[in-house]
Amino acid sequence: MSGLLTLAYLIGSITFIVGLKMLSNPATARKGNLIAAGGMFIAIIGTIFLYEENGERLHNYGWIFGGLFIGSVVGVLAAKKVKMTAMPEMVSLFNGMGGACAMLISIVEFDHLANHNFIDLARFFKEVVGPGLTISGDIHVGESFTNPAGKYLIILLGLIIGSISFAGSMVAWGKLNGKVKDFSFNGQHIMNLLVLALIVIGTAWLLFDVHHAYGNGELFVGNQMRGQGIGMKLDVQQAGSIVHILFYTVFALSLIYGVMFVMPIGGADMPVVISLLNSFTGVAAACGGFLYDNPVMLTGGILVGSAGTILTILMCKAMNRSLKNVLIGSFGAKATSAGGGSKEQGNYKEVTISDAAVMMRYAGKVMIVPGYGLAVAQAQHVCHELEKLLEEKGVEVNYAIHPVAGRMPGHMNVLLAEADVPYEKLEEMETANAAMPNTDVVLVLGANDVVNPAAKNDPSSPIYGMPILEVELAKMVIVNKRSMKPGYAGIENELFFQPKTSMLFGDAKSVLQQLVAEVKTL
Amino acid sequence: MTAILDFLQLHIEMVYIVILSVFLGIEVISRVPSVLHTPLMSGANAIHGVVIIGAIIVMGKAEADNWLALVLGFLAVILGTLNVVGGFVVTDRMLEMFKKKK
Repeated sequence: MSGLLTLAYLIGSITFIVGLKMLSNPATARKGNLIAAGGMFIAIIGTIFLYEENGERLHNYGWIFGGLFIGSVVGVLAAKKVKMTAMPEMVSLFNGMGGACAMLISIVEFDHLANHNFIDLARFFKEVVGPGLTISGDIHVGESFTNPAGKYLIILLGLIIGSISFAGSMVAWGKLNGKVKDFSFNGQHIMNLLVLALIVIGTAWLLFDVHHAYGNGELFVGNQMRGQGIGMKLDVQQAGSIVHILFYTVFALSLIYGVMFVMPIGGADMPVVISLLNSFTGVAAACGGFLYDNPVMLTGGILVGSAGTILTILMCKAMNRSLKNVLIGSFGAKATSAGGGSKEQGNYKEVTISDAAVMMRYAGKVMIVPGYGLAVAQAQHVCHELEKLLEEKGVEVNYAIHPVAGRMPGHMNVLLAEADVPYEKLEEMETANAAMPNTDVVLVLGANDVVNPAAKNDPSSPIYGMPILEVELAKMVIVNKRSMKPGYAGIENELFFQPKTSMLFGDAKSVLQQLVAEVKTL
Repeated sequence: MTAILDFLQLHIEMVYIVILSVFLGIEVISRVPSVLHTPLMSGANAIHGVVIIGAIIVMGKAEADNWLALVLGFLAVILGTLNVVGGFVVTDRMLEMFKKKK
């Protein structure tokens, strides 16, 4: 590696670290992203023009730049065109592309390594070790027989993790945009474990085979005449073809596992899954770092791998669920049985648009609780309009953001920021809860489970223990929903039946538009 | 087993990098306000697009008659670029919105 390239990789690694660090602070986040992108650019350009292997520069520039060009154009278009509400799908899709990239690299490297090595070995027995087991050529002891099991392991890891990430991300993407439905069958977990076990067995078998074949080679060279020439020749050829079969079997199984792993997990849990797959891809990229002795791939990949894992855990924590639960998907199953109406439904009262408008117009303090419904209805702009209108009329309006509101943690913030809602107006859960008792009206927009008091006072509830926005502490609550259907967790929300709660049915966007019109006249 | 140990010894510097990076990643992320979770995930997503470098290497050393390497490598370059470019642009778009608030 040339000195200049080393420098380029060093810069790349540093920018990734600094970039991630800056991304974790609202004031510097954008700059951090640009810095990381700059570092990436330097590392890529450096690789293209400076990378050398055995003193040879890279070639096929036409192909490389062609690929870069196509990828860039499609990437920019897709990223620019996507709606803010579809952001999680987009992240999942891009993540899948990264996984696929790692997967393809592994396939090519395997093909190269296996053919090269096994042909070498076979030739060694054929040409160098003659029929009478006499050595008739040059033997480079230890040179052509460096045991490559470690290298195979890295290639396999990259393949397995990359494939799972790719297949899983594609399913997650399909689920988020509604193309793929949840699918599970009895014994699926056992099935999944079985597939996983097969992957591990296949990998171990392959490594053992490689190791064995090379062991023979080493033995032969070491002891010159004492090997069993013909038998070993067969061994090597056999090992070569078995290794191929095993490799592609493991590949297929990994893809299957990726699909089966995500398939039974509910759509609302996809953010956690995407975050997890995101860290998987990081690890797959790091495998590439090992393979090519490439420090920038290694740092970048591992950073994302560990950061992604922590992010996944943070998300689970915010939902008060263990990662295991999300992955095994017991939540959905439990919820349907628990939500089966063990509790009486009670009566709820509806409120008209004009009443709701009056309540908010003459309130001192209004808290808006946006949820998934707001995101689906794309009502963030009209929501901001209502907030501005109320503020002009002297009402204090704030937003209470539950950590998992929307489709992803922080998704609400992005959506509202898109609608120009000032950053200071977004209150995190703790601050919002502290302000609840002094709040006159809470307007819940398409949120359900995150405001369900059962999480606090019903130990039998599947969401018991999840931190919630305590809207029932406010003086009045207006809940906008499309219907009385339960939310994602599939359980009744007793909040809707409390005397201080009024229901305002309808699509968030149209309801808000009507509210705006109504408030204007007051 | 010895093969894996040998491999480890050969790459001991990288193993150190891995361990330190793991802790660095945890350190960097654990103080993030939930506001930034989505952009952060997206940014991290773009960063693991660094796998593109592997794709470029595969592509760049493929012999002219090795069609498997050429085709798969080309595909890998496209997908990797999508990951990098798309990832950074999407993240920037998200963060741009945070900027406008002032």
